[in-house]
Amino acid sequence: MSAVVAEHEHDHEHDHHDHGPAKGILRWIITTNHKDIGTLYLLFALVMFFVGGAMAMVIRAELFEPGMQFVEPQFFNSMTTMHALVMVFGAVMPAFVGLANWMIPMMIGAPDMALPRMNNMSFWMLVAGVLLLASTLFMEGGAPASGWTLYPPLVLQTGKALPFAVFSVHLLGVSSIMGAINIIATIFNMRAPGMTLMKMPLFVWTWLITGFLLVAIMPVFAGAVTMLLTDRFFDTSFFDAAGGGDPVLYQHIFWFFGHPEVYVMILPTFGVASTIIPVFARKPLFGYSSMVYATAAIAFLSFIVWAHHMFTVGLPMAGELYFMYATMLIAIPTGVKVFNWTATMWKGSMTFETPMLFSIAFVVLFTMGGLTGLMMSVAPLDFQYHDTYFIVAHFHYTLVPASVFILMAAGYYWLPKWTGHMYDEKIGKLHFWLSAVSVNILFFPQHFLGLAGMPRRIPDYAVQFADWNMISSIGGFIFGASQLLFLYIVIHTIKGGTGEKVTDEVWEDAAKHGLEWTLPSPPPYHSFTTPPTIIPTEHI
Amino acid sequence: MATHNAYYIPHKATWPVIGTAGLMTMLAGFANYLNGSSIGPTMMVLGLTIFIVMLAGWFTLQAGESESGMYNTKVGISYRMGMMWFIFSEIMFFAVFFGTLYYTRNLSVSWLGGIGDGPGRSTHDILWPAFEAVWPTNGPGKVGGEFEPMGAWGVPFINTLILLSSGVTCTWAHHGLLAQNRQQLIKGLMATVGLGFLFVCLQAFEYHEAYSDMGLTLGSGIYGSTFFMLTGFHGFHVCVGAIILSVILFRSYKGHFKPENHFAFEAAAWYWHFVDVVWLGLFIFVYMM
Repeated sequence: MSAVVAEHEHDHEHDHHDHGPAKGILRWIITTNHKDIGTLYLLFALVMFFVGGAMAMVIRAELFEPGMQFVEPQFFNSMTTMHALVMVFGAVMPAFVGLANWMIPMMIGAPDMALPRMNNMSFWMLVAGVLLLASTLFMEGGAPASGWTLYPPLVLQTGKALPFAVFSVHLLGVSSIMGAINIIATIFNMRAPGMTLMKMPLFVWTWLITGFLLVAIMPVFAGAVTMLLTDRFFDTSFFDAAGGGDPVLYQHIFWFFGHPEVYVMILPTFGVASTIIPVFARKPLFGYSSMVYATAAIAFLSFIVWAHHMFTVGLPMAGELYFMYATMLIAIPTGVKVFNWTATMWKGSMTFETPMLFSIAFVVLFTMGGLTGLMMSVAPLDFQYHDTYFIVAHFHYTLVPASVFILMAAGYYWLPKWTGHMYDEKIGKLHFWLSAVSVNILFFPQHFLGLAGMPRRIPDYAVQFADWNMISSIGGFIFGASQLLFLYIVIHTIKGGTGEKVTDEVWEDAAKHGLEWTLPSPPPYHSFTTPPTIIPTEHI
Repeated sequence: MATHNAYYIPHKATWPVIGTAGLMTMLAGFANYLNGSSIGPTMMVLGLTIFIVMLAGWFTLQAGESESGMYNTKVGISYRMGMMWFIFSEIMFFAVFFGTLYYTRNLSVSWLGGIGDGPGRSTHDILWPAFEAVWPTNGPGKVGGEFEPMGAWGVPFINTLILLSSGVTCTWAHHGLLAQNRQQLIKGLMATVGLGFLFVCLQAFEYHEAYSDMGLTLGSGIYGSTFFMLTGFHGFHVCVGAIILSVILFRSYKGHFKPENHFAFEAAAWYWHFVDVVWLGLFIFVYMM
């Protein structure tokens, strides 16, 4: 990246009709503005983060001690399923789409997203999809309780919730595809003159690649759940061996979607980290082009490793070997990235504001999640880890102190730009330290539990697992409660924050790192109505 | 008026949220219907109506904006990219069902029949040692009873010729548009739409025959499942494509398109060719092989 603006005129009054937002609540319903829609996505994701978080609290409360404490087993399983679906499709993905909406047009010098009306529709489709999903909680037979993977034959025993869950996936898929197409078209077609592909901020690059992933995989998930629907209601035999089908087929299709899907959540994470770390290390990003190629390599690999989620299902030996070696390859581009972030910080004039703290914690803790991933890629070892708390610990390390921490970092980093107000740094740091410590109390013991053989998705367990479960639960409660601080900070900052007037740059020399810092804080309703001039800087 | 230099950013869009409400009502209605609730069909009809009104309203709005010259070349590029990636997502959707056909036909049915060391192998050994792998099959449980597989050289072959010709007439119409030959454009489109709906009618006839004479239904094990899922979704896409082309035909009557500005025509044509290519895949892998 590294591009600066020589001169540009933003908030020029437009010559023709009224371009201001509609009045009142209607502004948010019919808006086509990328900032409004970005705000909607981010706030929706924040609400869903607490909804999914509440479900996690139910899970940890039930697991606090052995024996059945608070909820029925069926409801417990609904909680694990819904927690995952809400966090993945309601919180993390929409939060990154929100960041994309807010930041991409500002980062590439565009007036707005390429397809503004469709942008509005993709947000409301998301709401519709999540509403259908949430409605299943109140249905006869309960919400889906099969785990978020919705494996048949178990998921076909779901009560009245099944068709609602299936159609919810369809709506969420349509929403994601529309959002992804919009982002791809924006990046390819709306860049300011001089903003060449290899000058784009990495956040833009990672979202471009994520966009391709989404367009490729969401229809696959839609197809898979459509077959669940027809198997249940229209007599087909796709996943029924008696009719010549195969339940394992569903697992293949699901993970062909599911593996790239987890990268949909991690690639934009990489992008934000690559945006924040250079600013607070006061150095350009180390190895920009290798970051771009590593992202593309990870995205490509994500399509050819899916069956490592199915090592214990009885794959032919050739399959086990192929998927094992292919999976190990992912460590290479990922290692390049971790190396580059570290090298960016090396000998930098680092300062440790809240966004940087979250970013550094991300580099360290994501690497841990990556290393346990490498352990599980070894097929014979995976027979011990499979479906235990070890995998739960692994993917939570890659999602919570990685994706969620980076979303927090992004919040702290851009909130002053979005609102024009400064957040309270003291509370921000308190939020960071509470989160960083408690997230490890929460998830680290789950490695031990998994290695000792505690299966995932069960409401009760043998007494030898009691101690670590209690510690994990305590960590969970602290982590959950700490997030209320974030909620407070967001509201406080929107309402005026510390009262300190922030500059356009907000962070020292940030304008060297991205076009968004050349706009006023908060930016005008229409950012770049005339494209800015991009001047290459020396360190490209 | 004239062409604007600035990229056109629409404001205050009301159709998206209406369309979403329609789609959600329709799907919630369908789910209720599947669960045996009596309110289902009413909700479906209501939702579908809202959805169709949205489509008509939104496309009318877009066509009007396009005709008044509000879209510059760059807007056109965005639309083309949008359509391209939409078709790509559709290809991935069909890839799931082609993949399913490949997997069941070449892998899982063989394992069920005791060949190889895949996950279905023990199912063969324990549950159905007598089952032999053949295609077409309705599985060791003979799900759906006796059936006759669909041959390639009757109606499906005629349908192949129909769809291929419709691709030609569509391109002929496009040439007419570019040469500003209105007669050729309209005749070409009429032929394309006609051939499209003829395809759908013949497909319906084929389905009727399968259900009434051949014992071949959606419930005929994995053969019936893959056959009807693939051809059914394709048939649905032909229907949608033919409706889109009908709208394009209507707009051509009104004299809408110009050689340098006819994105809607192009998008419809791309979609039609996509549907055409999917059919070729179907004809080879579902009917012939």
